Amino acid sequence: MLIARRRRIGHNNWDTLRTKSMPKPLRIVMWIGIALLGALAVATIALRRGEQINAMWLVVAAFCSFALGYRFYSNFISAKVLALDEQRATPAERLENGRDFVPTNKWVVFGHHFAAIAGPGPLVGPVLAAQFGYLPGTLWVLAGAVFGGCVQDFVILLFSIRRDGKSMTEMAREEIGRVGGFVAYLAVISIIIILLGAVALIVVNALKASPWGAFTIAMTIPIALLMGLYLRRLRPGKVLETSVLGFVLVMLAIWGGQWASQTPSVARVFTLTGPTLAILIIIYGFAASALPVWLLLAPRDYLSTFVKLGTIALLALGIVALRPTLHMPALTRFVDGSGPVFAGSIFPFAFITIACGAISGFHSLIASGTTPKLIRRESEARIVGYGAMLAESTVAIMAMIAACVLQPGTYFAINSPAGVVGQAPEVAAATITAWGFPVTAAEMHSLAQAVGEQTLFNRTGGAPAFAVGMAHIFSNSLGGQAVMALWYHFAIMFEALFILTILDAGTRVGRFMVQDALGHIWKPLGRTSWYPSIVATSGLVVAAWGFFLWQGVKDPVGGINSLWPLFGISNQLLATVALCVATTIIIKMGKVRYALVTLLPLSWLVSVTFTAAWQKIFDPSPRIGFLAHARNLASSPTQEASRLIFNDRLDAIVTGFLLVMVVLILLESVLECVKVLSGRKQAGVKETPFVASRFATEEQG
Amino acid sequence: MMRLREMVNVVLAMLREIFDESAYRRFLERKQMVSSCKAYAEFVQENELLRARRPRCC
Repeated sequence: MLIARRRRIGHNNWDTLRTKSMPKPLRIVMWIGIALLGALAVATIALRRGEQINAMWLVVAAFCSFALGYRFYSNFISAKVLALDEQRATPAERLENGRDFVPTNKWVVFGHHFAAIAGPGPLVGPVLAAQFGYLPGTLWVLAGAVFGGCVQDFVILLFSIRRDGKSMTEMAREEIGRVGGFVAYLAVISIIIILLGAVALIVVNALKASPWGAFTIAMTIPIALLMGLYLRRLRPGKVLETSVLGFVLVMLAIWGGQWASQTPSVARVFTLTGPTLAILIIIYGFAASALPVWLLLAPRDYLSTFVKLGTIALLALGIVALRPTLHMPALTRFVDGSGPVFAGSIFPFAFITIACGAISGFHSLIASGTTPKLIRRESEARIVGYGAMLAESTVAIMAMIAACVLQPGTYFAINSPAGVVGQAPEVAAATITAWGFPVTAAEMHSLAQAVGEQTLFNRTGGAPAFAVGMAHIFSNSLGGQAVMALWYHFAIMFEALFILTILDAGTRVGRFMVQDALGHIWKPLGRTSWYPSIVATSGLVVAAWGFFLWQGVKDPVGGINSLWPLFGISNQLLATVALCVATTIIIKMGKVRYALVTLLPLSWLVSVTFTAAWQKIFDPSPRIGFLAHARNLASSPTQEASRLIFNDRLDAIVTGFLLVMVVLILLESVLECVKVLSGRKQAGVKETPFVASRFATEEQG
Repeated sequence: MMRLREMVNVVLAMLREIFDESAYRRFLERKQMVSSCKAYAEFVQENELLRARRPRCC
């Protein structure tokens, strides 16, 4: 009876979720028009060869694909797979406490969720993947988001809503089994550590030998402390006002950075090498995670969110207003896997390089964290879960455009490590020109001068290339070439600011997870307020990501080549865990015929993760395989070679460990599904019992 | 004009939620307090653990 009623509601949703402000024939014509325009845009970006195209084709392709995906695919999932129930009270309504459970306007939750999922990932990944040309990354973002990332975020959000806002780890344990729960826990902690190491390396590569950048970022620490004190002592609760004040101070710091870089005595202090910066960032990470939240983390978080939202909006406006031309070809010669930015062919490496922006396992943590506790009605999970991910994918498309507006020679000069193209500018320029992407040392020198840097060669990590691309777009409309340096350092500050926030927040989250686990062994270690435990666990987490950072900094081929794929694999592993949970729940709901909705992206991710992990461990090419690289160094007797061999072997073990995790969760998930499908186990999910929503009753009344 | 005003209101509400101003207002209502340094310190303390456990995405 209840099931029949639910199904009826699910069926009704199919109609009620439609936009009905337009006559039906007009709606049909409009959607056919969007589909045709989208097809034309995708065909243009896919089939044009040998001529440059306008960036607007990418924008139009994204807009049309995302609009169609949202209107039809997410509607199908809402009505048929999830059967969103307007009558069912959400935890925000049932458990409303004015703290974490608060029924909130859907657009407000959308903004909140978007601000939480959008980080440096959708900016860095597409920039690195642009070494294959603009086509592979763009197509992956479009298809990956519509059929993978948005689906993952949407279903995990809804399943968490139906379980009182439970976390992904708890859902994995309850719906798959104890192994699933344990693997989810290990996946989360692994991804946090590898992510922190990789993003810290991006900051180091962006700031090394850059007194302007280092000065600006150093200044953000006292600015954040000042904001914390201002909020606490002078204007309690006025966060927006404080963020505006912080933003003005950061702008002054960027301006002051120019002075610092031009004053020899100050410039000397802020001209830092990679290892020095790495040590400073490790110290910062440890100190920041032990300070009170209100003093540094919260104000820095507010400031970085303020700058992030503003900059993304500004970049979108800049691209639409200027409609720049893409200089990067659709496909480069590096599709064969010989690329200088990272080694490996399109499959699987383009798909793990762009994680956030297409599908990111990390989002499942947000979708099963704060967001499900704010959703007012089940139907609103669609705009928040599916819609916010589409917005993040739009950011990824903008990053791809920012990278591809650069001349390919410039792009490769910035992103190629010295170990591949050579240390001397003339040698590097000659190598890149010989690849068919003309660039000269003089051109790079004048570009470096224009953005206020000593050099732009070998600035791996994606952030400097993105910053040059963004400065290029902005300087063509706002202020001209004269302010290109300010735009460049604004972009660097924007990326470094939220990377440092991630370091601080990630170290804390990692620390709590370690404390939770250690608390089972010895209770005092689990006490989050016990100082010895705070220091020991913070030290443990910082040492873990600090090791990866140090390894990347000392790597002669830039570190990104090994760290970013490792990060991509661990992120996609988490997405695999999330999709395993989602598929198991869908099957247990008795909706086997719709299981393909999550099973298809899951199968794709398994093939990508397995292939990438296998190649990173066993590929015979020293540029790809960790073990082959270690073998290659084995004949060298130096201490440096011994260290690199140790790092390679450790990376191979970490990658292998991630692979085993995927196998374990897959096996347990498959076993659980087989038991349900063969009738050996009664189908049933661990949802919170149905309670009627007063919001629906009020509306009907 | 009405639609524009509605949109501005939604954007402002979104910003107030993202920047915890709404959470602070709810806290004051719940505790029957007026905004002050002491009230804000209490609000921050109540939310410290919640905020510190919130991951930021890549």
